[in-house]
Amino acid sequence: MTSHTRAPGAAPTIVLVGHGMVGQRFLEALAERGLTATHRVVVLCEEPRPAYDRVALTSYFSGRTAEDLSMTDMEFIDAHGIELYVGDPADVVDRAAKTVTARSGRVFAYDTLVLATGSYPFVPPVPNKDADGCFVYRTIDDLLAIEEYAKGARTGAVVGGGLLGLEAAGALKGLGLDTHIVEFAPRLMPVQVDDGGGAALLRTIEGMGLSVHTGVGTQEIVTGAAGAVSGMTLSDGSELGVDMVVFSAGVRPRDQLARDCGLAVGERGGISVDERCRTVTDPHVFAIGECALAADGRVYGLVAPGYEQAETAAAAIAADEGEQLAFTGADLSTKLKLLGVDVASFGDAHGTTEGCLDVVYADSRAGLYKKLVVGRDGTLLGGVLVGDAEAYGTLRALTGSVPPVSPESLVLPAGADSGDGLGPAALPDEAVVCSCNNVTKGAIRGAVTEHRCTTVPEVKKCTKAGTTCGSCVKVLGQLVDAELEASGVEVDKGLCGCFAQTREELYEIVLSLRITSYQDLLDRYGREGARGGEGCETCKPAVASVIASLAPVIGASGYVLDGEQAALQDTNDHHLANLQKNGSYSVVPRIPGGEIAPEKLIVIGEIARDFGLYTKITGGQRIDMFGARAEQLPLIWARLVDAGFESGHAYGKALRTVKSCVGSTWCRYGVQDSVRMAIDLELRYRGLRSPHKLKSAVSGCARECAEAQSKDFGVIATANGWNLYVGGNGGATPRHADLLAQDLSDAELVRLIDRFLMFYIRTADRLERTSVWLERIPGGLDHVRDVVVHDSLGICDELEALMRAHVAGYRDEWAETVNDPEKLTRFVSFVNAPDTPDPVVAFVPERDQIKPDLPLLAIGRRPAADVLEGSTPR
Amino acid sequence: MTLAVETTTLKAQLRLAEGWFTACDVHALLPGRGAAVLLPDGRQVALFRDRAGRLYAIDNRDPFTGAAVLSRGLTGTHEGRPYVASPLLKQRFDLASGECLDDETVRVTAYEVRAA
Ligand code: SRM
Ligand SMILES: Cc1cc2nc3c(=O)[nH]c(=O)nc-3n(C[C@H](O)[C@H](O)[C@H](O)COP(=O)(O)OP(=O)(O)OC[C@H]3O[C@@H](n4cnc5c(N)ncnc54)[C@H](O)[C@@H]3O)c2cc1C
Ligand code: SF4
Ligand code: FES
Repeated sequence: MTSHTRAPGAAPTIVLVGHGMVGQRFLEALAERGLTATHRVVVLCEEPRPAYDRVALTSYFSGRTAEDLSMTDMEFIDAHGIELYVGDPADVVDRAAKTVTARSGRVFAYDTLVLATGSYPFVPPVPNKDADGCFVYRTIDDLLAIEEYAKGARTGAVVGGGLLGLEAAGALKGLGLDTHIVEFAPRLMPVQVDDGGGAALLRTIEGMGLSVHTGVGTQEIVTGAAGAVSGMTLSDGSELGVDMVVFSAGVRPRDQLARDCGLAVGERGGISVDERCRTVTDPHVFAIGECALAADGRVYGLVAPGYEQAETAAAAIAADEGEQLAFTGADLSTKLKLLGVDVASFGDAHGTTEGCLDVVYADSRAGLYKKLVVGRDGTLLGGVLVGDAEAYGTLRALTGSVPPVSPESLVLPAGADSGDGLGPAALPDEAVVCSCNNVTKGAIRGAVTEHRCTTVPEVKKCTKAGTTCGSCVKVLGQLVDAELEASGVEVDKGLCGCFAQTREELYEIVLSLRITSYQDLLDRYGREGARGGEGCETCKPAVASVIASLAPVIGASGYVLDGEQAALQDTNDHHLANLQKNGSYSVVPRIPGGEIAPEKLIVIGEIARDFGLYTKITGGQRIDMFGARAEQLPLIWARLVDAGFESGHAYGKALRTVKSCVGSTWCRYGVQDSVRMAIDLELRYRGLRSPHKLKSAVSGCARECAEAQSKDFGVIATANGWNLYVGGNGGATPRHADLLAQDLSDAELVRLIDRFLMFYIRTADRLERTSVWLERIPGGLDHVRDVVVHDSLGICDELEALMRAHVAGYRDEWAETVNDPEKLTRFVSFVNAPDTPDPVVAFVPERDQIKPDLPLLAIGRRPAADVLEGSTPR
Repeated sequence: MTLAVETTTLKAQLRLAEGWFTACDVHALLPGRGAAVLLPDGRQVALFRDRAGRLYAIDNRDPFTGAAVLSRGLTGTHEGRPYVASPLLKQRFDLASGECLDDETVRVTAYEVRAA
């Protein structure tokens, strides 16, 4: 047993017990105040991993890994000399000796002790509550255990229909279980919503295929022969047959450690602290987060108040420096993070304030229920939003003030009132825009005006706003834009030196005015100096791509080598092949889904042999043939087209491949025919020109052999259909795709992808992959889901029609080219010697194939810009 | 090096040491794109025609990669100067002077060209 008694003169020690979300924030607050430099800081962390994002726990089931959830930057810990003991909880506190003894036997002397032990899930004392198959929902380990057990289960029940219960139920459903929710109160989310909201919520939840039982308690867990859960008895005498149970019946503060060392706790638990978060019993001990009973007599079960307490405690410890903060209470606004359900409540949602009035809008057909609670003087006090929580960010920030427009106009659906909603511009500077991190509108404006942030990611980094639940990001984006505009910061969002418009704006111009010519667009809409000019290498291909995407609806030729369009294409598109380093080209025929019959393999082999090409299987599940000269391309393609091959668009900003795994046809685990779906999708979207390349994959089960979660749109089979993921990326900045929708039928899947792709093509910047686009657009994934799943902009019919036009108008561009003698004249090395090959293109043998014989160079290879095709334009 | 062309029955000609060399029909050049021309001594020239019909000619070989590809780049104007961007690593070359706009130490040969 080691003992650490502080040597005289050594730095004073702060010991933090509990490394959860609030504990981590406390460490950051210490570091910000310079206390990590003047103090020894020891952290005892019970869980096997350092602090992670518990709020986002459920996103583990939609593909985020434990690493993604981590909130602990080890560099931060190391840089500040923090001693972090992972998997080593505090067992005993001796307040007289001022020591903490950890489970490992280590003893730490403290000057200041901070308890941030959080909560434990409350499990009602029903018989067999600890049987095999009973779980709680609090930690990553809980989730891992649930996931494992669910593999052998068909039916599950969640006890508790509150915020977390619904999240847990959504997770069980996502794991393929028939899911029941048992709630003792007469409605779901009883704490947050009122009866009207509860009724709307019930319809939505039932509509998702979950079975809800309200107004009943759990009497007993029934176990089978092996002692594992087989069912449950409810208080009305009925029985549910279930294979597993998740308790989510509320939380209780973890205050045992405090009780054991004689600190005062509240009647219903929670370590009693004052406004500085100091325990009322001992000035050397603080308590913060869910384990604390705040000075206002409440235990807060949300992260935002915990963060505020962390800051308060850090300030109190730094009090010598004169800083004083007080924690006097916090806002209880919440938004449900459940796929496809929009529920939010904020402020005084239940209207408990003396003399307050309600403004209610309800449409039960649409599952909409919105209520605002307004004071006699017009002050917005709180509200409940079910079915459409779009206005949550703004309303929450307005709470406590008199909104500049009538309360009705704030809840009525858009367009029903001329009030035109209410933008965040109307918010006062004190309005708290990000309640998780307590960031005001004033602070966000300051980030732009004083700290020179110009983008949402920069503002997030600078202020921490938007980094927790994400519900404020949309408002954040609007504020940043407004502030940039107001402060006169000239943000030239123009596409390039020729156009002051963004790609999105040009798209709208081309679409609405049916412009089919680049020169026409440049001469009418270009910047003054650019009109009548030659344009540049940035806007030419970008406009060519917009015209190609919209070709069928604006009446342009869909063929990229037609007329003026030919001059706009990048060299790859111009040759319908990929230029290689020595001036030769590669040829990639489409192999939909990666499935290829032996006869076609033989054709490729014969062609490669006859033309002396290098062959390689690509990372996109198809075959690339390298080393073709410009004049060979038509000859090669004539044979490929003859054998039934089409262009693979490896050269285009267009759909590349839809990879597949073998799926249910062959694989013992497969639950759907992933190959067929991959082929269908690849054939549907082939030839679609887009702001950047598009990649996709379809996996036959959750084992994900096709790597769908790294694709622009990825599809994973479930027992009930397909899960659709969007915004994934490999490449230089990998990003896991986000789950957009679950358990879709074939038709629903295709419809959502149609809408998603067309919305992306419409609104993305040039060379912006879906991953970057999804991170950039205000509102992010939620907004995209609102638009493509819930049709919040009312444009889905149009998006679908655009895709139908694309599908109907598709023609293979190589078949068209080999049949057009005029176009073929361009496939020569020399305009004055069409039969002479380019002598610079030469090869030497390597491993039974060829490789380029590169000329010796006087100067080195230095890329000008656009090293990555996706990097920012010059 | 530049000349406006009125009709398309004309030939594009390059000035070489031995005199004017006929490359091709002017109308064989797509406005805004280039084409490669093989000279009798084996050198290659990238020949361009802009949307106003002006002709330009520079060496076809990209000095940064050694590949003969400048004729396949996209053209544009930068501060009034016409250029082509190499299709390989994207450096821009002034079509009139052959100067590299992204690296002043590099230049390719520019040829005098006319439509006749
Ligand atoms: C041929 C191939 C490599 C191979 O031999 O396997 C390849 C070759 C090229 N890739 Fe790739 N990529 C190939 C699969 C991939 C994959 C794997 C995949 O698709 O599953 C990735 C990662 C997935 C992704 O894109 O998210 C990939 C990520 C990139 C990137 C980085 C993209 C990013 O968002 O960061 C670039 C550069 C870019 O696009 O800016 C790139 C760019 C290129 C370019 C176009 C670079 C260039 O300008 O010359 C290469 C020329 C292709 C050619 O000449 O045919 N390639 N490239 C693969 C062709 C697949 C196909 O059948 O079409
Ligand atoms: C699924 C889920 C969804 C949620 N969604 C939201 C949401 O949308 N919005 C919101 O505001 N809040 C949400 N919450 C609540 C939020 O996660 C908590 O408010 C927040 O995590 C509290 O932070 P904390 O640090 O006080 O406690 P915790 O994060 O629980 O951390 C306490 C840590 O202390 C450790 N510990 C306990 N005893 C000891 C000991 N003796 N020694 C060492 N370590 C110890 C525990 O193991 C734990 O790791 C959600 C919670 C869950 C589970
Ligand atoms: S993803 Fe599933 S179905 Fe497809 S090959 Fe892998 S294990 Fe089999
Ligand atoms: S309100 Fe949760 S991150 Fe801003």
